[in-house]
Amino acid sequence: MEKYTKHTSVAALMNRSNVDTDQIIAKQFLKKVERTGFGIHLFHDWRYLDDDGTIANPDFELNKPEFKGARILVTGDNFGCGSSREHAPWAIDDYGFNTIISTSFADIFYNNCFKNGILPIVVDADTLKKLMSEIDANEGVEFTVDLENQAVTTPAGTSVSFEIDGFRKHNLLNGLDDIGLTLKQADKIDTYESKHKEKFPWLWAS
Amino acid sequence: MAKTMYEKIWDAHFVHQEPGQAALLYIDRHLMHEVTSPQAFEGLNIAKRSIRNKHSILATLDHCVPTKLADRINLPDPIGAKQVATMINNCEQHGLTLYDMESKNNGVIHVVVPEHGFVHPGMTTVCGDSHTATHGAFGALAFGIGTSEVEHVMATQCLPQAKSKTMLVKVDGTLSKYSTAKDIALAIIGRIGTAGGNGFVIEYAGSAIDALTMEGRMTLCNMAIESGARAGLVAPDQKTYDFLEGKEFAPKGDAWDQALSYWKTLPSDDGAEYDLVIELNAADIAPQVTWGTSPEQVVPVNQTVPAPNDFEQEGKQIACKSALDYMDLDAGTKMTDIEIDFVFLGSCTNSRIEDFRAAAEVAKGTKVPANVTAIAVPGSYMVKEQAEQEGLDKIFTDAGWEWREPGCSMCLAMNGDQLKPGQRCASTSNRNFEGRQGKGGRTHLVSPAMAAAAAAAGRFVDIRELEQN
Ligand code: SF4
Repeated sequence: MEKYTKHTSVAALMNRSNVDTDQIIAKQFLKKVERTGFGIHLFHDWRYLDDDGTIANPDFELNKPEFKGARILVTGDNFGCGSSREHAPWAIDDYGFNTIISTSFADIFYNNCFKNGILPIVVDADTLKKLMSEIDANEGVEFTVDLENQAVTTPAGTSVSFEIDGFRKHNLLNGLDDIGLTLKQADKIDTYESKHKEKFPWLWAS
Repeated sequence: MAKTMYEKIWDAHFVHQEPGQAALLYIDRHLMHEVTSPQAFEGLNIAKRSIRNKHSILATLDHCVPTKLADRINLPDPIGAKQVATMINNCEQHGLTLYDMESKNNGVIHVVVPEHGFVHPGMTTVCGDSHTATHGAFGALAFGIGTSEVEHVMATQCLPQAKSKTMLVKVDGTLSKYSTAKDIALAIIGRIGTAGGNGFVIEYAGSAIDALTMEGRMTLCNMAIESGARAGLVAPDQKTYDFLEGKEFAPKGDAWDQALSYWKTLPSDDGAEYDLVIELNAADIAPQVTWGTSPEQVVPVNQTVPAPNDFEQEGKQIACKSALDYMDLDAGTKMTDIEIDFVFLGSCTNSRIEDFRAAAEVAKGTKVPANVTAIAVPGSYMVKEQAEQEGLDKIFTDAGWEWREPGCSMCLAMNGDQLKPGQRCASTSNRNFEGRQGKGGRTHLVSPAMAAAAAAAGRFVDIRELEQN
């Protein structure tokens, strides 16, 4: 997993609430054997006019040229509700977002974000409104996200501080996924394994 | 302090716990198939990690393989073909043992693993399939995991885990000759519900469990997940040791003696405490049939389809109503009046040799009606061969059944074998969820003998009456 570093990027606005994982990544795309490449299917039903995903829907927010290359997604309440599919954060990450700002996130989705190097930022309703209106007034505006200092700053001079669990912050900053965390205990696993081998030698015979 | 078997296995596999994090549990065996592993391999490759213990892995192709011989050479479904090709490639690249479609060892993962003695008592075992609990029949702690956990185990041989609560399900008494492990499993789920086991590991014990064969214990533990439990366990005994002895991956020579003396320490200590104890009398367990879209919606075959009012909880009333709609059944209908279109004898719940013998005994000399399709899908090539040696295939084909190649087939209907909308199936598999056997398909779960009786009559039959006539 990549380390999450301080960055200044285009903030895209998608002013919708209760965006569920079905809308994030529709179920016809779940049969793939890869975990990458889901980005082109992100928000498929909104984003494209045809089933094959060849004709972009000009009315869909994220298709605006101003939002091209955005790494920050600013969106409405309860983002990521619905089924627990791991493909939703895979799609978001693959599309290029590494930060989502909203008033609330569904539980499982919130957890899955951290496993994929995505920072979900929870702000209060007034703050969200303010950030949204700044994007509205100046599409293509860049926000700065500083995880170390837990702050989002905008060119208009807004500075928002946010809360995040210390352990999760540490993992994002250091690019540690769940596996990375377990691997930090590699010496303990080694010690355990050699004892286990001594006690149960037949487990290793084949 | 007296410990349960679960606690003993847990303690023997506890690696480490960081403050504020879950415990790390060491994993001895990792079973794989083509559907839930590809992204895990990809993740591993992207992160440039390697597999920690290749010996811990055994892989098969089962979920999307066709059960018609001709289709196995040229897979008709491009997605299935890609999953198969990806699995073969991943196993080659990482040097893993794979029972591919040409292998005489090929079959459903939870059928082939015991055939080769790959899982032993006291082991921790995982697989990206929820019916991994099957291996609890050997006194192994076995449970299903998601794709990211598959990757986690490959890279670290460990999983962060929270400790489960323990439930003892004690089944004493003697099972009637018409009832089977499947009926015990369904009766338990009918009693505690599909959420009854949430947060628990179940240990099955009692004289009726002792009396079960290893195949029966596998069927029982396989269904533990349908009661919401993380895993099911049966204490190892002489039957377990006899089953394992001489198998390919079983310990040999001195190692066998060493293993045996360890295995004998595994059963729960006298006086060990459980968080919950449930008791059933085996003599009360009649052949079961599910009527709804959840395994807990089950009744003895001589009863009728219930009405929403028969349930106290509002949630169960609503569930009953929607199940009746989906299943197109009226409350009060006798189970034995329900006509079927399809019969599926197979899945890792009921596709071992004993299951085919039981079904063949009932199928012998019968004829499947013209409007009914019945397919027999062995769990593995070993089962298929054994059945053919015993002439069981002939009994089925003479009775109008189709005799197929092994695979998961209509357990999850990913391989092209599936119901058409509205079709009704008597199935020996484990899940009767909406659409599980095909969009709009209706599934009734039963034992192999009950399935064979339904195939002959075109409707459900109380097999206890069948034999008396
Ligand atoms: S038969 Fe069904 S439950 Fe068993 S491994 Fe195959 S899909 Fe899973």
